[in-house]
Amino acid sequence: MMPIAVNWWDLFTHFASLSLLAVGGAITTAPDMHRFLVDERGWLSDAQFTSSIALSQAAPGPNVLFIALMGWQLGINAAGGTSAGAAAWWTGLLGVTVCMVATLLPSSVLTYSATRWAHRNQHKRSVRAFKQGMAPVVIALLLATGWLLAAPAVPAGSRTQFEIPALLDPFLWSTWLTLQPLTAWLLTIVATIVVWRTRLHMLWLLGIGAALGVVGWV
Amino acid sequence: MVQRELVEKRRWLTREQFVEEWAVAQVMPGPNVVNLSLMIGGRYFGLRGALSALAGILAAPLVVVLLLAIFYGSVADTNWAQGALRGMGMVSAGLIAATGIKLMAALGKNAMGLRACICLAALTFVAIAWLRWPLAWVLLGLGGASFAWAYRCLGREDLPGPGSP
Repeated sequence: MMPIAVNWWDLFTHFASLSLLAVGGAITTAPDMHRFLVDERGWLSDAQFTSSIALSQAAPGPNVLFIALMGWQLGINAAGGTSAGAAAWWTGLLGVTVCMVATLLPSSVLTYSATRWAHRNQHKRSVRAFKQGMAPVVIALLLATGWLLAAPAVPAGSRTQFEIPALLDPFLWSTWLTLQPLTAWLLTIVATIVVWRTRLHMLWLLGIGAALGVVGWV
Repeated sequence: MVQRELVEKRRWLTREQFVEEWAVAQVMPGPNVVNLSLMIGGRYFGLRGALSALAGILAAPLVVVLLLAIFYGSVADTNWAQGALRGMGMVSAGLIAATGIKLMAALGKNAMGLRACICLAALTFVAIAWLRWPLAWVLLGLGGASFAWAYRCLGREDLPGPGSP
């Protein structure tokens, strides 16, 4: 594989500008990252992009790490693939650093200063109303995220776009029954109930999920 | 995951406080877990607390996920690796949904009342999961309406009622 010329400064500025748009979590900027990294610059392949997201969602830890994985893959591509040996490791780590710092720095500075102000003014009516008003919305967002993750993978570009077929077939039953075995759906429901009702550590659950996947049950 | 650690184990926050903090972390730009750790670390231990909370929440998972990616890179074409990834994805969907269900208990103490909260939550869920509207619109529209309603309810609560001493 030929080394790919990556413009690190462009990468940094693009991710830093997305950082301030990432309302509701970094995953909401994924469609734009796909447009930039895969379609426009060709620094990542489509499969590399998709597996970065899938791996970070499957792994324990914050799913913002999908950005670290993209940076890692980008760095390896820049060195010309894993066959480049140690050089690929260093450019991989460079990619992780550039992407993560660009993604985290602007939003963190803003959040840190804004929330300190809000905490000093926590008894103001507007601050209290903001927090209480947002609570039901945020709970629904969590439920909706679980729902969307359990749905079969939607191509990265169409995830946040308005889709007509989704209106005709509200919960996408037709797609689910063909793409997703019922057992997979069942696994999500069982996992939900177990986490809700018990204190079993989630690494056990992830392990069981992986094992069921390996034997081809889901 | 964070909910379990902060509320159920350490008891640094009550469930109600957690939902409120989480709401703020969610609407500020940036990854919400990162925002939450900055806020809580900063609250109790200042800037150094915020930075160590950030490092704590990212460092170990970063190593794990990189190792996983290196390993997956070498087996990506096999059926079993794809199956394992799919199985774990299904479980992580359940983890997120269960967190939402647990936090629903906090809505009982909300100033807007339980019924209004459930309506707002249902509308949000439909807009995101069913209609797949862009998040920014939903936050501006439903979030804005919810804020206005809570503002009104809190105002009513602050006035001394006729029966209160």
